[in-house]
Amino acid sequence: MASNGLQAVGLGPFLTVGAILLVLGVFGIFLNRKNVIILMMSIELILLAGNLNLVAFSAAHGELSGQVFTLFSLTVAAAEAAIGLAIVTVYFRNRGSIQVEDVTLMKG
Amino acid sequence: MITEIAFYLFAFVLVLSGVMVVSARNPVHSVLFLILGFFNAAGLFLIAGAEFLAMILVIVYVGAVAVLFLFVVMMLDVNFDQLREGLQRYAPVGLAVGVALLAELIFAVGGFHLVPIVTPTAAAPGAPVLGNTAALGQLIYTHYVLLFQLCGLVLLVAMIGAIVLTLRERPSARRQDVSLQHLRQPADTIQLMTLGLNASVDELGGFIRPRDGYGAVAAHGTNRAPEQHQTDHHHGT
Repeated sequence: MASNGLQAVGLGPFLTVGAILLVLGVFGIFLNRKNVIILMMSIELILLAGNLNLVAFSAAHGELSGQVFTLFSLTVAAAEAAIGLAIVTVYFRNRGSIQVEDVTLMKG
Repeated sequence: MITEIAFYLFAFVLVLSGVMVVSARNPVHSVLFLILGFFNAAGLFLIAGAEFLAMILVIVYVGAVAVLFLFVVMMLDVNFDQLREGLQRYAPVGLAVGVALLAELIFAVGGFHLVPIVTPTAAAPGAPVLGNTAALGQLIYTHYVLLFQLCGLVLLVAMIGAIVLTLRERPSARRQDVSLQHLRQPADTIQLMTLGLNASVDELGGFIRPRDGYGAVAAHGTNRAPEQHQTDHHHGT
């Protein structure tokens, strides 16, 4: 089902927005090296960029499988956010800090 | 025309909120801009015709995930000024990586054009007559039913994992243990004493406190067990 909206705008702008979001996410990971929560938000941005690309290609091809895959990736992203925030909470409870550079218990 | 205006509006606000997410000083502002970005991404999904996913994005992401982020940011008492220290140090590296990545993407995707080998009605049987949600539902519950169930399993495991990670047994907490209450026998707590007329229990050593089986739990505060008073008087007279 090639929708009217994508035909009006074109595939290129969608992919451009996705690429910019991906770059912003990577940039955010480098910029906020210390704050785990903003790191996770950057990962969410990257996943959103991927989802945007999947949806755009799904609409361009008239093939719904891309949207199904987007649904799955949204699920995995939600699970990842929940688990990650639980780990952050437990870590903060134990150590009183969420600085990434302090996480050296496993000698990483 | 109106579609293009809407698209560029949504895209502009989305990119702007993405910039603010990674560069805001206050993490609460970051989360709020993330929510704004998700709303605008949902708008982009709507333009692309993925209505169901747009609603899922608003409900699941804005309603659950982003609020979870907000909750954690506000719950943890983090010194955020300390977290911003290395900002200037890492900014050039991040900027270089970002520019390189963007250049690569432009080079890779710039010459890209969609080869129209896929006929628009090839997949998703009945898709042109159905709405997006109905077609997606037909696809999910037929071709992708196993993956769909596995998604549910992933969410279940994530939920259990989050609970297991954050559940904390505090020894000072007083909570009800129903099985222990059911296991309690009268002989454990009630003691029958044979007393003569006008005799006092003090001569027999006084009341004996709850025995070990139950007393190990309720040792401290419950030294005046009221049920021990009445038994002896009824039997003694």
